[in-house]
Amino acid sequence: MIDLYTRRRIANATGLSIAVLAMGFGLFWLCWILWTLLDHGLPALTGKVFTQMTPPPGSTGGLWNAIFGSLMMTVVGTLIGTPIGILAGTYLAEFGHRGWLAPVTRFINDILLSAPSIVIGLFVYEVYVVHVKHFSGWAGTIALAIIVIPIVIRTTENMLRLVPSTLREAAAALGAPQWKIINFVTLRAARAGIITGIMLAIARISGETAPLLFTALNNQFWSDNMNQPMANLPVVIFQFAMSPYTDWQNLAWAGALLITFSVLTLNILARVLFRQSASTH
Amino acid sequence: MNAENKPRVVVKDLNFFYGKYRALKDINLDIADKKVTAFIGPSGCGKSTLLRTFNRMYQLYPQQTATGSIMLDGDNILDKHQDLNKLRAKVGMVFQKPTPFPMSIYDNIAFGVKLYQNLSKNDMDERVEWALKKAALWGEVKDKLKQSGMGLSGGQQQRLCIARAIAVKPEVLLLDEPTSALDPISTAHIEKLIDELKEDFTIVIVTHNMQQAARVSDFTAYMYLGDLIEFGDTSTVFTNPKRKETEDYITGRFG
Repeated sequence: MIDLYTRRRIANATGLSIAVLAMGFGLFWLCWILWTLLDHGLPALTGKVFTQMTPPPGSTGGLWNAIFGSLMMTVVGTLIGTPIGILAGTYLAEFGHRGWLAPVTRFINDILLSAPSIVIGLFVYEVYVVHVKHFSGWAGTIALAIIVIPIVIRTTENMLRLVPSTLREAAAALGAPQWKIINFVTLRAARAGIITGIMLAIARISGETAPLLFTALNNQFWSDNMNQPMANLPVVIFQFAMSPYTDWQNLAWAGALLITFSVLTLNILARVLFRQSASTH
Repeated sequence: MNAENKPRVVVKDLNFFYGKYRALKDINLDIADKKVTAFIGPSGCGKSTLLRTFNRMYQLYPQQTATGSIMLDGDNILDKHQDLNKLRAKVGMVFQKPTPFPMSIYDNIAFGVKLYQNLSKNDMDERVEWALKKAALWGEVKDKLKQSGMGLSGGQQQRLCIARAIAVKPEVLLLDEPTSALDPISTAHIEKLIDELKEDFTIVIVTHNMQQAARVSDFTAYMYLGDLIEFGDTSTVFTNPKRKETEDYITGRFG
């Protein structure tokens, strides 16, 4: 007869080993992916990548126009999507206690949050690209902004809900009007979490390919005109990786490496930021 | 109540509802000027609810309503036309859990003052110092006013909240179990502080701790299930209660 204590120890050891195995399984693939990326991408990551344009097949070149286009669309898309997301998230958390508008908004936002990005690309194609009759950087930016909005709404609402209601009461007890309470107390208390959400949204859109295929398309040449088709890393990777030319394939690896590590950096940054603020709260 | 203690706040026929539930039943009592009045009673008896009617804190929650009247300086606090911001400038509040705002110690104090007054930098500095001194916190924080209020200990945070409340120079100070989250030393600090603050402010304190009520208050109200059972001089309530229920509660036979 095994006593209670031994049984608990066995259960604990079993649970722990399964958890460690699962973690090892996940890490294994992640490391493999990172290793393959580094293996193929690092040799291709030369200075030319950052100075030259995407080449025609058979000649050498870089990714500068695609890097620039990606940065441009990601930054502008974030700048458009973030304020809308924060305002809507604030509405849901601070004003959404009564009525039907908030629950409906929340429900639609959840759908938007899990909508396949290709659907968003098609949507922008249908309502924008078809009407202006050409692909453009703006179309890509709009598609990315639409992906940013629900992520920022969700994190803003969640983070504001984590702010204890006693803090709101304390500010109200001093006689502060609601807009001051929200601006100077609750949003400030949730700041780190909201910034984390924005960073995760940036990380998400910087790797999106599908919504750009129908909107920004691609551009073999340098262009900083947002009304023209715009080069961007994900679509370039998509095209180059599928091509039979070694030069192109190598550039695709370099681009993949760039995206992966910027996303990784953003994620780590977001975590560090969040942890710092968690320790001061 | 003695004739010499003129009332500052007069509560008449106060009823309070959480939705349909009646949490306070025909409360009548006078809060004496520049004295400490304590509300005691078991959990759920309505003492915090009563306290939160004095600054209409309940207004944040649409389901909560109050009827009757609470007179302060000739105005009915419960009157719909009563300006909430003006009311809360007159009636300050400190909560059970310390609630420093996510900003510097200085800004924590200045936040409330800025709502009502446009002070010069110098005057604001003076006001912050005055409030922190009143709250017996100045010595501990005078060299780190620019640091976050979140970095203080629990007891210091609570004194910061008291400083923040009195910086607005209210007439009435509401304390909702201000020491229940604090250790005995911080509690002693704050009790001493309450004793000093009653020189300038009319204080109402809700407490679970009967010894605390006995130590700090001049008047005590014992409440049970939304009724005001007994109200009078603290010494009388604790040594010679008129009602059997009060006696049972304060002697620990109940509650």
